[in-house]
Amino acid sequence: MSSETVLEVGGLAKSYSSRTGTTEAIGDVSFDVARGEFVCVVGPSGCGKTTLLKCLAGLLEPTSGEVRLDGEPVRRPPPNMGFVPQDYTNSMLPWLRVDKNVTFPLRHKGVGAARRAELADETLRIVGLSEFARHYPWQLSGGMQQRVAIARALAYEPEILLMDEPFASVDAQTRGDLEDLLLDVWDRYGVTTVFVTHDIDESVYLADRVIVLSARPSKVQRVLPVDLPRPRDQITTKELGEFTKLRTEVVRTIRQTGSRAVSGTGGHRSR
Amino acid sequence: MAGVARAGRRGIPVLRSSFWVGLAGVLVVLIVLEGVARLELLSSTWFPPVTVVFETLGDLLGTTELWANVGWTLQGWGAGLALAAALAIPIGMLIGSFEPAYRAVRVVIEFLRPIPSVALIPAAVLLFGTNSLSMKVFLVAFAAFWPILFQALYGVQDVSPGVKESARAYGLGPGARFVRIVLPSTLAYVATGVRISSAIALILTVTAELVVGADGLGRAIIVAQTSVQIPAMYAYIAVTGALGWALNAAFQAGEARLLHWHPAQREEVRA
Amino acid sequence: MTAGGGAVRGRTYQALLLALEITVPALLLVAYAIWAAAAESFYFPPLGEIGERFAELWFAERLTDDVLPSLRRLAMGYLLCVVVGIGAGLVLGAFRLVQQAVQPFAEFLRALPAVALIPFGILVFGARGDSMKIFIILVGAVWPILLNTIDGVRGVDRGLLEMARAYSVGRWGRIRDVVIPAALPRMVAGMRTSLSIAIILMVVSEMVASSNGVGYFVLESQRRFAIADMWAGIVLLGIIGYLANLLFVQTERRILRWHRESKGASL
Repeated sequence: MSSETVLEVGGLAKSYSSRTGTTEAIGDVSFDVARGEFVCVVGPSGCGKTTLLKCLAGLLEPTSGEVRLDGEPVRRPPPNMGFVPQDYTNSMLPWLRVDKNVTFPLRHKGVGAARRAELADETLRIVGLSEFARHYPWQLSGGMQQRVAIARALAYEPEILLMDEPFASVDAQTRGDLEDLLLDVWDRYGVTTVFVTHDIDESVYLADRVIVLSARPSKVQRVLPVDLPRPRDQITTKELGEFTKLRTEVVRTIRQTGSRAVSGTGGHRSR
Repeated sequence: MAGVARAGRRGIPVLRSSFWVGLAGVLVVLIVLEGVARLELLSSTWFPPVTVVFETLGDLLGTTELWANVGWTLQGWGAGLALAAALAIPIGMLIGSFEPAYRAVRVVIEFLRPIPSVALIPAAVLLFGTNSLSMKVFLVAFAAFWPILFQALYGVQDVSPGVKESARAYGLGPGARFVRIVLPSTLAYVATGVRISSAIALILTVTAELVVGADGLGRAIIVAQTSVQIPAMYAYIAVTGALGWALNAAFQAGEARLLHWHPAQREEVRA
Repeated sequence: MTAGGGAVRGRTYQALLLALEITVPALLLVAYAIWAAAAESFYFPPLGEIGERFAELWFAERLTDDVLPSLRRLAMGYLLCVVVGIGAGLVLGAFRLVQQAVQPFAEFLRALPAVALIPFGILVFGARGDSMKIFIILVGAVWPILLNTIDGVRGVDRGLLEMARAYSVGRWGRIRDVVIPAALPRMVAGMRTSLSIAIILMVVSEMVASSNGVGYFVLESQRRFAIADMWAGIVLLGIIGYLANLLFVQTERRILRWHRESKGASL
């Protein structure tokens, strides 16, 4: 890993006001992400993970503190950022075929037609959906739709990839496949990745570093470096004593935040 | 799912504030219209001040003439709608549940339905005379027949086979099945059909009065116009609109009460 | 649909249904023809006579004198409804406050039978020209499009908009490529209702105040007691209504293929 910092989050806080009063979603969060790094953010349910990611993405304006990407403060979604949202069905445009969904952001970026077709071909091949390019998204399964979302993010040729619990609503088998696909892609493109999840196994399996958030209003509770060897494997990596030790550490940290809402097993699906 | 919850949470406060915003909107428009007339920006003969129109309306509300007109219009509307429902509900249920009957009349329906009901006005005059209730009733019933027919047809066909089968399993005979299961389910659809038809029936009633000169609000409007009693013309137009609004509101309320049991009010097009 | 269509008698049954579908309307026509010939009713002339008048009227100069003016008014009025309804609907759907402010007026005007505004239209635009008819079509038929567009815009999935925003798609791009396609099914549903209202208003406005047009012709024929002419006009209006709807459904099928199929697929 190079130590050059790409993303800096400093003193970030976000609160919502509504009729019933002010809700503090994020208390005070600071961390840095180095170029090419894979960082997972975990925390108990409802701790403001999604809010945090939206602040990083420039979709929400923080109440205080700031986010810098390549030293520039983020005030709106930056043009070199890919985004994979939680719910695949809500991010696919049902009137466009899969390849057009992939190239949708590119058209607005001003990328030429030939280059767009090239990028769609390439990224769909990488996520294993070449033969489905001319299908409509609603003809695909949930896991396949989420691959399309990943292909879309890759075709955008981003420097940084933000993912918001992208595999939360697919079944366990598919989830494992998607995790491996993502690691493969990350390795190939070297794209800096921030991955939000409530699944502790997933975070340890994927990340270079795991950032554990506290319950709301969230703060960084702990940062755990993960030194498991790469390439990782669903069976052998998870058999390592080091893996078990790390996930136990994460579970313990989250328990300390006073919330039991998160289970330590990979099967937890509550949203 | 999320959308429904969101709307539900926001429902009440929005309703309240929207009332005041709506009231403000109405006041602004009325004040502008009043100003335009007072400043003679448009000919005040044709565009009298709103206050003058309201004054005329107030005077008219004290006369039997206005209420007689409302009565005639309601009579044509009610009788026509009732006749339409009395014919359309049984026919719709019959052809909806018995395919040979449907196939026998399909071509006839496809031929008659697109005829714009108002095209039959001359024929109705010829058959029933200009100032007769039956003339109005014929026209109204012809136009109001179709939405109720199709809703009854869909309603009968929409009874889920599962429900029918379990009713049979519980030993309900054909008669009981019809009364307890088919009828309530169809009723839900028919209620929507009657509400749509009610608006159409009012259009036809007023048209018959306006074009042919049968007694009622439509005739009152055109008489006021031709005798250059312009404020009275606007007052009658306002009364007609209020009547339309009140009938629609009454049907909507009735429908909501009737269908409170019905799972997730069907997606329906606003007509 | 029918439970009785078993494999054995399926074919005979289908043939029977088809026979019913053809013979019943044919029998009705024959019955009318025989009855009309025998009864010599003044009001119900024989079919042959109506058909004859139909051909004489609508394939001759009446075509340019009456039919084309009617179609022109309908087309212009309806086009205006679509443009105004969708344009205003997009604006109102996006700005909640404006929408709330105009809501009571919109509800009132929607509930008002548009024909009641014909005398007002005559005041403003005069009785003769096309502008009165086009105005009436606009104020009467714009509401289904407007209200459906507002609903459609409101119903656009927030996830889609957020995705577009995350990928730096600008405001105009989001409206053109996300909001409009997503709201299109609702808009089209409104446009269909609007079309049948527009035809009604075209006919009525011609009946009340016009010196040409099919609506005018039908009423005038009745007043002249030219009964076969009147029926020929009514049949023509039926055909116009039928063709307009057919054209609409065909277009809708092409534009909204994704919507129809995605609904089926998601089950």
